[in-house]
Amino acid sequence: MEEILEIYKTTTVNEVAVWFKAAKVSDFPKNGGACIKYNNKQIAVFNFERKQEWYACQNVCPHKMEMVLSRGMIGDQGGVPKVACPMHKKTFSLESGENLNGDLEPIATYPVKIEDGFVYIGFSE
Amino acid sequence: MKKVVVIGNGMVGYKFCEKFVASENYSDFQLTVFGEEPRRAYDRVHLSEYYAGKTEEDLSMSSATWYKEHHIDLHISEMITEINREEKTVANHRGEKYAYDYLILATGSSAFVPPIPGVEKEGVFVYRTIEDLEAIAAYTKKLKSEGKTQAAVLGGGLLGLEAANAVKELGLDAHVVEFAPRLMPRQLDQGGSDMLQAKIEELGLEVHLNKQTEYIKGEKAIEGLKYIDGTELDVDMLVISAGIRPRDELAKECQLETGIRGGVIVDNTMKTSDDNIFAIGEVALYNNMIYGLVAPGYDMADVAVSHITSDTKKYMADHIDMSTQLKLIGTEVASFGDALSENEDIDTIVYENKRKGVYKRINVSQDGTHLLGGILVGDSSDYNALFQIYNTAMALPENPEDLILGSRGGDGDSLLGDVMDLPDDAQICSCESVSKGAICGAIQDGSCNDLGDVISCTKAGTGCGGCKPMVKDLVDATLKSLGKEVKDTICEHFEYNRQELYDIIKLKGYRKYDEVLDHIGKGDGCETCKPVIASIMASIYADTANEEAPIQDSNDRFLANIQRNGTYSVVPRIPGGEITPEKLIVLGEVGKKYELYTKITGGQRVDFFGARLDQLPKIWKDLIDHGFESGHAYGKSLRTIKSCVGSTWCRYGMDESVSFAIELEERYKGLRSPHKLKGGVSGCIRECAEARCKDFGVIAVEGGWNLYVCGNGGANPKHAELLAEQIDNETVIKYLDRFLMFYIRTAAPLQRTAKWLDKLEGGIEYLKQVVIEDSLSLAEDLEKEMSGLVGSFQCEWTQAIQDEEIMKRFNHFVNSEETDDNLVFVPLRDQKMPEPWK
Repeated sequence: MEEILEIYKTTTVNEVAVWFKAAKVSDFPKNGGACIKYNNKQIAVFNFERKQEWYACQNVCPHKMEMVLSRGMIGDQGGVPKVACPMHKKTFSLESGENLNGDLEPIATYPVKIEDGFVYIGFSE
Repeated sequence: MKKVVVIGNGMVGYKFCEKFVASENYSDFQLTVFGEEPRRAYDRVHLSEYYAGKTEEDLSMSSATWYKEHHIDLHISEMITEINREEKTVANHRGEKYAYDYLILATGSSAFVPPIPGVEKEGVFVYRTIEDLEAIAAYTKKLKSEGKTQAAVLGGGLLGLEAANAVKELGLDAHVVEFAPRLMPRQLDQGGSDMLQAKIEELGLEVHLNKQTEYIKGEKAIEGLKYIDGTELDVDMLVISAGIRPRDELAKECQLETGIRGGVIVDNTMKTSDDNIFAIGEVALYNNMIYGLVAPGYDMADVAVSHITSDTKKYMADHIDMSTQLKLIGTEVASFGDALSENEDIDTIVYENKRKGVYKRINVSQDGTHLLGGILVGDSSDYNALFQIYNTAMALPENPEDLILGSRGGDGDSLLGDVMDLPDDAQICSCESVSKGAICGAIQDGSCNDLGDVISCTKAGTGCGGCKPMVKDLVDATLKSLGKEVKDTICEHFEYNRQELYDIIKLKGYRKYDEVLDHIGKGDGCETCKPVIASIMASIYADTANEEAPIQDSNDRFLANIQRNGTYSVVPRIPGGEITPEKLIVLGEVGKKYELYTKITGGQRVDFFGARLDQLPKIWKDLIDHGFESGHAYGKSLRTIKSCVGSTWCRYGMDESVSFAIELEERYKGLRSPHKLKGGVSGCIRECAEARCKDFGVIAVEGGWNLYVCGNGGANPKHAELLAEQIDNETVIKYLDRFLMFYIRTAAPLQRTAKWLDKLEGGIEYLKQVVIEDSLSLAEDLEKEMSGLVGSFQCEWTQAIQDEEIMKRFNHFVNSEETDDNLVFVPLRDQKMPEPWK
């Protein structure tokens, strides 16, 4: 199953080759997440309104390889924005992707930009 | 290695073993114990709870392996019939001999049966052992099958009242017959007895005082009592509880010194007239007295152990405290010190409140400086404080009546002022002889960190439990003095526990999570505090889980239970488990249409598995069109109320359990709470609905329903405890409203009712006071809150499928109509299952 993970690689703003126009800002719940599809990838996108920030990461949880992170709750741990997987409450930093309450592999994160009421996710390919 | 033999495995015999194995030189000794009963020592003080559902194992003083773990050679069902003091051996009924260096007589006592003609008749019992209780229960069954229900208990003392309670538990009409002009003549004065009598008669027991029985009527079996005054009482059973008689036969046969009225004479080291033989507990005659309470028996065990194993010898006190605090037939009774004397050196102050059923009396020295003793009936909450004032001879307030009236116009401080002002040697737990110094010391020396630690290491509060509130106060005060106060906040974002959050949110009227976080929290919240606050707001404002979806726990947000592969399961409500064939067909059709794995749940419902997120609204639309609604199987809320068919069909049924289960489920459906809630209703004590494994269980009995609360199955199964008995439907609902709201208001996050009760100071008795007696004056509030919630129920799935905004939540992708292509199912017994995790 680990091959699922191989298609997700953390991308920094500098590495972005494609800004994918995912959906309207209003399609995403405030302070919650939703999932978008880009080619064969499932990406969880979070409108962290309270922080005035958007975050994106792989939708698959590296714990049991299910496509569920977008359905998780978001919050912070000591100021670090995080998402909690709805399956077993594994938490991951939305910035670094690091597993905050265990030693799972980090999740891949992606840059997000908002233009003209649309949400764009940055990919390197 | 020296040999120590203990004859008798009752509570005191067990305590001897416990103290013995804890002594420093234990390894120099081999301990052998003989018990004639067929089981390990059990708690005789709470014997009547055997009828209330406690098992032998629950009542047992130790685990099955305890003796073995401590290398004690335990022989049960083995009676010692002879002591040979010259050879220093004992012999059992088979003639097998065992040598001893020290011999402990802990043979206890047997029930005293007065020489009344007819005591040998069928239907006459004593009340002492589990065997006695089993025999009484078996006879009761026979009586009931013949339509007979009248039972008398001879003896209105402590044990007699306990026996009367047991008889009542069995569903018989209990009569208490006492020779003296008052109940508990050793502990109570006339005023206290009158109050106790009024309270227990309210519960349907009849009390007959000043009655001396001349003979027992009846041919073969008992038919009644004939009193010396010529009157009679027709009864079908008699339980004799007229006192105890020390089991001193063995001692007499080997010519140990015994008292004229029985009992093995001991000195203040518990030694008998033979230096190698000790006697402890109810067989020991100390200061010319037999002490029929557990606490002095435990002290004796401790003293005897010290003289055998230790260089630090202990001695029995000259004056033995006979104070007692207990609950008899639902009534609190306590007495301490010299409560009964009346003479010119003593001033008696009495408070009597017939409306509330409370009687208090204290005896104060005439100069007003010392408390000599007292009696509390109906409300013994001040017992611990009063006992300490008496026992440590503390100075009294200027107006000693404040001790039982409370200081009027004052600030309601405790009688004692600060518990920390007690001297270190003040005995806090008299059952286990634990002093204030031992309790505080356990924390100060770092060996204990909280109340639980202190209880398990000092054993304080493990006897009758009456001292627990004071132990807690001492632990809290000591922790505080060390700057170690621990606050049970819910997470890093709030400095409050759930109950505090509940109160603040209600008071301030906060309606949004961010509002709460901005005002009283910090940071951006997390997966712990968000659902807690969502649940609190739901409980206060009757919100469904559709209110502010992103702060709802994941299952609540999608109104379904997420399963192993990220698909969901769907459970429509089937109240009480009753369903028409037509609706059952609808369920079958829905399962087939969406190819869902289908299973019957433990809560008498149907669960559909394998629904994709995007399928949920479609499935629910079909279900709702056919009259189903959400079963809240995903929520920390009321799940199901399981029922058996009850009197509608069952030939044993006592009441309509299905109808009542449906009524209760309809009432509490959608109710959100700190954790899931399950209920059960059984139509008779066969308990086919397994109601006592639920958070609340209702069981039909003669004359109404018994209501049990705070049980659960799961990892730590726990039977629900009896809250009220023989109550009607309206009262069940009234108590349930209060109980559930009280739980919802005060429990910690994700704390089920059983755990909550565990942590509740005062336990089930306290809960009874709050729910039944309304001791916190909360009942009206609680009922009002519940009726608000009950009145505003909405099916959240009906809400969801009618609202386009809500429906957006159920698309797997926001930018595509496609579904999750990651899902793989494999076949399983004509259905399907998710591909196994690797």
